[in-house]
Amino acid sequence: MSYIKPTFRHPTLPKNKIGFAKADYEGKISTLCAGCGHDSISASIVQACYEMAVEPHKLAKLSGIGCSSKTPTYFLDNSHGFNSVHGRMPSVTTGAYMANRDLIYLGVSGDGDTASIGMGQFVHAIRRNLNMVYIVMNNGCYGLTKGQDSATADYGSISKAGSKNMFQAIDLAGMALELGATFVGRSFSGDKSQLVPMIKAAISHPGFAFLDVISPCVTFNNNNGSTKSYDFVREHIEATAAIDYVPPKAQISVAYAEGQSAEVKLHDGSSIHLSKLAPHWNPSDRNSAVNRLQAAKTKGEVLTGLLYIDPESQDLHELQNTVGTPLNQMGESELCPGNEALDSINSSFR
Amino acid sequence: MLSINAVNDFVVRFANVNGSGSASANNMFAKAIFRMGIPVSPKNIFPSNIQGLPTWYEVRINEKGYLGRRDGVDMMISVNPQSIVKDIAAVKTGGYFVYDNTRKLHNEIIRDDINFIGIPMMRMCMEHYKDPRKQQLFKNMVYVGALTALIDMDEAVLKNIIAEQFAKKPKLIPPNELAIKLGADYARANYECPTGLKLETRDAVGDHIMIEGNEATALGAIYAGATVMAWYPITPSTSVAKAFETNCKKLRVDPETGKKKYAFVQAEDELAAIGMVIGATWNGARAFTATSGPGISLMSEFIGLAYFAEIPAVLINVQRGGPSTGMPTRTQQPDIISTAYASHGDTKHVLLFPSTPAECFEMTATAFDLADRLQTPVFVMSDLDLGMNNHMSPPLKWDDSRVYDRGKVLTAEDLENMEEFGRYLDVDDDGVCYRTVPGTHPTKGSFFTRGTSRDEYARYTEDGQVYVRVVDRILKKWETAKSLVPKPQVQWSESETKFGILFFGTTNYSALEAMELLEEEGIQVNAMRVLAFPFTTEVEDFIDKHEYVFVIEQNRDAQFRSLLINELDAHPKKLIRVLNYDGMPITADNIKNQIVQKNPLAPQLASKPTAS
Repeated sequence: MSYIKPTFRHPTLPKNKIGFAKADYEGKISTLCAGCGHDSISASIVQACYEMAVEPHKLAKLSGIGCSSKTPTYFLDNSHGFNSVHGRMPSVTTGAYMANRDLIYLGVSGDGDTASIGMGQFVHAIRRNLNMVYIVMNNGCYGLTKGQDSATADYGSISKAGSKNMFQAIDLAGMALELGATFVGRSFSGDKSQLVPMIKAAISHPGFAFLDVISPCVTFNNNNGSTKSYDFVREHIEATAAIDYVPPKAQISVAYAEGQSAEVKLHDGSSIHLSKLAPHWNPSDRNSAVNRLQAAKTKGEVLTGLLYIDPESQDLHELQNTVGTPLNQMGESELCPGNEALDSINSSFR
Repeated sequence: MLSINAVNDFVVRFANVNGSGSASANNMFAKAIFRMGIPVSPKNIFPSNIQGLPTWYEVRINEKGYLGRRDGVDMMISVNPQSIVKDIAAVKTGGYFVYDNTRKLHNEIIRDDINFIGIPMMRMCMEHYKDPRKQQLFKNMVYVGALTALIDMDEAVLKNIIAEQFAKKPKLIPPNELAIKLGADYARANYECPTGLKLETRDAVGDHIMIEGNEATALGAIYAGATVMAWYPITPSTSVAKAFETNCKKLRVDPETGKKKYAFVQAEDELAAIGMVIGATWNGARAFTATSGPGISLMSEFIGLAYFAEIPAVLINVQRGGPSTGMPTRTQQPDIISTAYASHGDTKHVLLFPSTPAECFEMTATAFDLADRLQTPVFVMSDLDLGMNNHMSPPLKWDDSRVYDRGKVLTAEDLENMEEFGRYLDVDDDGVCYRTVPGTHPTKGSFFTRGTSRDEYARYTEDGQVYVRVVDRILKKWETAKSLVPKPQVQWSESETKFGILFFGTTNYSALEAMELLEEEGIQVNAMRVLAFPFTTEVEDFIDKHEYVFVIEQNRDAQFRSLLINELDAHPKKLIRVLNYDGMPITADNIKNQIVQKNPLAPQLASKPTAS
């Protein structure tokens, strides 16, 4: 077999509206284990960016450390990537976003990288409503160091070695809701039909868009008794709604029965359509999201779908009242106050 | 009793209670002397506390322009009963102790070798001001008023300062002036004025300004085009952040839209602060943080990332007493080694050592150019003494034709015309490679930034040969850095000597004064002030030229000396430690005494000019 992807493309491959084929959004060949949930998420990211016709150089992909944080190598090869240090992707992304508000920031992290070592930075990125997509590839274990339990491992979940986790799990989606995240979704790496539109909606959202994606670790956490295995998740999944992302000015092609659909308009003219599985559920009601999440947890179910969105979200640059021109594009003439101003500064200190 | 007599050469110390509003009055005192044209250096000696604990403000007045701290207090202004015993003991024989005699002093603390000058500060304030808070506040102005009489301070100059200070609250001018008058009148009516200590107007400050180093640092960052500041509060660096924000509000807001041309983020901790800086510089902005020793410890992992992945960053380290939480409100130079080699693995970093606010301004601006040019973290090594005290400094200077050196950053056009791009290819053979910023070109120039080992094309590798090639190339940048950093300043003795003194940063003030004191002892020395690390050849030559070099620094372990030995293979026996680490700025007397005591050639050779 080959470890290098071919660079030539079939001439008839379909292209998106800016002339890129789907293959142009792919990355290097994955070095993760065969069947790793993370690879499916990477494929969903590729699919979402291709369908949305994201300009590859207008997206920056950032990550921390761990199996999940390796994945930016495996998608969007034409985008700049930054594999930073363990648990610190949010701060690097914050700085990058302050420097240039015009790019899309896609942060990828894992449950160790976010729920343990990086908890502080995760929490504060939410507080600031940083305009980014934050994907946690959540497998409940530390894959790269051979399968130790992570802080998202469910209470009572059994590890491959047969030991039972006796600690409470951190529910990242629930936490994000509590902390005021303006977009919170949960999905499953094995459900591309749900994940792709969720990623698209997250990219469109002007603020912190959090996606907790359950992504089984085939090597260390796919055993009987694990609550993050493919089988367990498939058996216990419950969706809030079928989700459809509708780009700006596009025809709505999905038909919903009367009273069963909800529409959320996004700032760029796009919208999210939700086919409600549960009556009385409103995606822009934080309280109802918290309640639904808690109820599912009590029942032992994995609630997926878009849990909450704030269509009025104001991101960090808006909150700080920064100029529209990206700060990294300014030079001496815009930034240096010059000698005359310095003369009066000097005088004020005499 | 002999009283101290001195004109324009003495030390006044104010003993106050923290949070009692004394700072403003004390600052006016120092400023008035400065405006009388007499060189002055005030220092805050303050506790890590907001209200209630003893705090001192020490002002050295020195016509010759020596601005370092001097031991011994000629006149104490005592307004704090908590510290009165210690304060009385601190006055030099023949000195003056000005105190609030609203309450009588206990007999047992009275010394008969100093002059006691009682001013009923509280009583007069209770008589003239109704509001208790005002009674408290104006007490501070009463002692400043008394000083106009006691040391002949120009009252008109003081009144001008009051008028400027309260230009926006003119109602406060008359009560302030009244306090001045109360103090001055009482002093004149009850004591011989002036005392033996006397100010005389001079023209010895030229175009100098009085400014805190941290304010100058912040202005340097603004002038250098820093657009992102991320920081976490820590004494003594917090005022850099505050000054950056305050000045940006004046200098960096679009007048039409009111929108900010800067981002100012108070991070959740120092780790996040440096992470934000690295994210911003990676993305093409100029960004910086300000911190102190504990912050450098916390930032170390990220510093290693920036070093290895070759991302520019500017860090201001306003040093304070360590280790651990140490003495957070006292000065030291204790982070030399921990900053020079911050982070795990083989790392070393460019350091700049300012000694005046003007240099804080200039070196901060230079730090941004160096960081961009070398694609590496650059540290400005200030300290609490420089950062948080007002210093008489040459004015801040900027050349309007100055162009930011953004280093090797490729544009879309560059990429279009290139045959191949490799992020870590040493195209120019100076160790510095070309970088691209996200968003530059749709299909060219993207690469993966990582803290893992990688090859010239930024691809992950565990190949030992490739790794060695990369880290050796990064070391080549270190040689390039030597040609870019500011060179040391040297002051040669009039006669040949076997001795050199070597120092950096705020030690400058006292080291230069010590040269004169040593001269009086018959010891000539050549002096070198190092401005930067890596050390340039001049430093090596200076050490080679002398039989002994006294390395003067403000830490216990002679860290700078270790750095010289480690980096230059200097012979340890040649480098003699001169140290001060009690948290107070080093004094000239201390330096002189240590050099006299440690002089290895004493007594016969020391003072004789040699032929070498």
